[in-house]
Amino acid sequence: MAATTSVQAPPLLSVRDLTVRFRTRAGTITAVDGVSFDLAEGETLAVLGETGSGKSVTAQALMGLVPRPAGRITGGEIHYGGVDLLTRPAAERRRLNGTDLAMVFQDPLSSLNPVFRVGTQIGEPFRRRRGASRAQARRKAIELMERVGIPAAARRVDDFPHQFSGGMRQRVMIAMALALQPKVLIADEPTTALDVTVQAQIMALLAELKAEHRMSMIMITHDLGVVAGVADRVMIMYAGRVAETGPLREVYEAAGHPYTRGLMASIPEVSGQRDRLTPIPGSPPDLTRLPGGCPFRPRCSFATDVCAAERPALLPVPTRPATHLAACHHAEEVVTDGVAG
Amino acid sequence: MDRTAVAPATDLLPPPDDVAPKAGKPLGRLRIIGSLVVIGLYVLAAIFGPILLKYDSVATDLGARLKPPGTTLPDGSFAVFGTDQVGQDVLAQMMQGARVSITVGVATLLLAGIIGVAAGLAAGYLGGWLDAVLMRLGDVQLTFPSILLAIFIASILGPSVVNVVIVLSISNWVTFARVTRSQVLSIKERDFVDAARTLGARSWHLVTRTILPSAIAPILVVATVELGHVILAEASLSFLGLGTPASTPSWGVTIANGRDYLSNAWWISTIPGIFLAILVISFGVLGDALRDRFDPRLRSM
Repeated sequence: MAATTSVQAPPLLSVRDLTVRFRTRAGTITAVDGVSFDLAEGETLAVLGETGSGKSVTAQALMGLVPRPAGRITGGEIHYGGVDLLTRPAAERRRLNGTDLAMVFQDPLSSLNPVFRVGTQIGEPFRRRRGASRAQARRKAIELMERVGIPAAARRVDDFPHQFSGGMRQRVMIAMALALQPKVLIADEPTTALDVTVQAQIMALLAELKAEHRMSMIMITHDLGVVAGVADRVMIMYAGRVAETGPLREVYEAAGHPYTRGLMASIPEVSGQRDRLTPIPGSPPDLTRLPGGCPFRPRCSFATDVCAAERPALLPVPTRPATHLAACHHAEEVVTDGVAG
Repeated sequence: MDRTAVAPATDLLPPPDDVAPKAGKPLGRLRIIGSLVVIGLYVLAAIFGPILLKYDSVATDLGARLKPPGTTLPDGSFAVFGTDQVGQDVLAQMMQGARVSITVGVATLLLAGIIGVAAGLAAGYLGGWLDAVLMRLGDVQLTFPSILLAIFIASILGPSVVNVVIVLSISNWVTFARVTRSQVLSIKERDFVDAARTLGARSWHLVTRTILPSAIAPILVVATVELGHVILAEASLSFLGLGTPASTPSWGVTIANGRDYLSNAWWISTIPGIFLAILVISFGVLGDALRDRFDPRLRSM
């Protein structure tokens, strides 16, 4: 598959044909099916998709968190720092966690340990990984809490997670993830559990911290609006596969996959004219019984016979820049239709 | 990006004092304090009693035997709870017995607790065949009446304080293992464990520093109830002559000694029995109160 990045330098993180399978009672599910993407230094990649599209499992695979024994990475490569992480022993991957790859979770209440003070939790990586003393770790924790915008950090460092509001908890979580200055930050729906007003604050904070630490970021979300302001590139996933990928503006303006168009038609616009929302017909496919050919076919208005016969490959969208790829037999038609309509 | 600098004030919680965990309902607090006071008195009696009221396990004073409670003995001392069949002061013997019983109870609890919690952590965290083997072993053991098992092992090992601890630990580890395992099973799926993993925590760290601290509350509740059971089980074993030897008289030994004199010297067996019952009940009440106190928080966790 062609490299999908527009940046000239070798990508910081490069995923090739990643496949993750889960064994369930209903049969084997391919949650992530041959996903490839690159992440350049300092770049923000937004991964979009519905529930069950495989976006969170992709993140889990990157962090070595795929739940076992049900789930297993059955194929592919994850290149980071010149090595394929999937061939390295667990201990080596663990050392990269925190210092090179770090993650912010969806629900900050359940991702903070309820029995420890937040300062202890933020400071723990320093003590464990950097050999800092208790006092040093505490100072570092206060520093980080201030950095992520928690007021009166010096006083709140000894509070427990349940004493914080949702937004503040997510800030604590971000402080923990940033403790060891990772090079890649994976944010798995970091704002889903938060109020709309707080969402914007958290997104702004992430963007600001990303620029400050020169991090790369993978932002997983199902909310197109959330990423519009921060992402450089988007990758849209459907049924465990990449449906479309390209620079944010390019994909927003000239979607080459009917699913992308459907996603965009289903966002309410606050400022624009109030058209009726157009939901995507049907529901996400049952991964144990994927139809042959294109998995989106049953919900697609562009579908023809070729869609049933042949699974579309992820190819550059005709007439668009080479960095814009879509897995649709009718990509060109979808683009023209979208621009015209 | 100025927004982030000013905005946080809006999603700040009320001051932490408001959300500090409540101390529980008055009744709950009364149960906890009441039972702790009773247990505390026993511990004080066990520590200081034998210092104040000398007890010699081999001394006999036939002139003072089988005196009822409240008798002034020939040597001038006052026997509050009477004397036994060889003229020993029952109160002194009970306080010495409290020492033995509580020591055995605590030692057993520590040993059974360490083994049980370790087994539960391993079974719950690692799962697989280890889980199956440990838990089936526990199941098999639980199908066996524990006192019968204890009698069986004690008769092989012979009576001594250390052996009693071993015997009771063997019959009690399963409870700890089961409670720990069930806690670990639910906690290990939680996001904060994954979060620790994404910061590079090793399994050992996850189990000891992340999972165990979250599981400790129910384990402590079980430990409290078990302490009462263990003290009772020790008394039963000693009563049957399989527990502590006569030279270290626990309550069970004293109660057993008085059995033959129940018709004419009821106090030898009855008074230690009543005090044993009060202690065991106190532990039961404390355990219940603690469980009520911790449960709602566990549910909201």
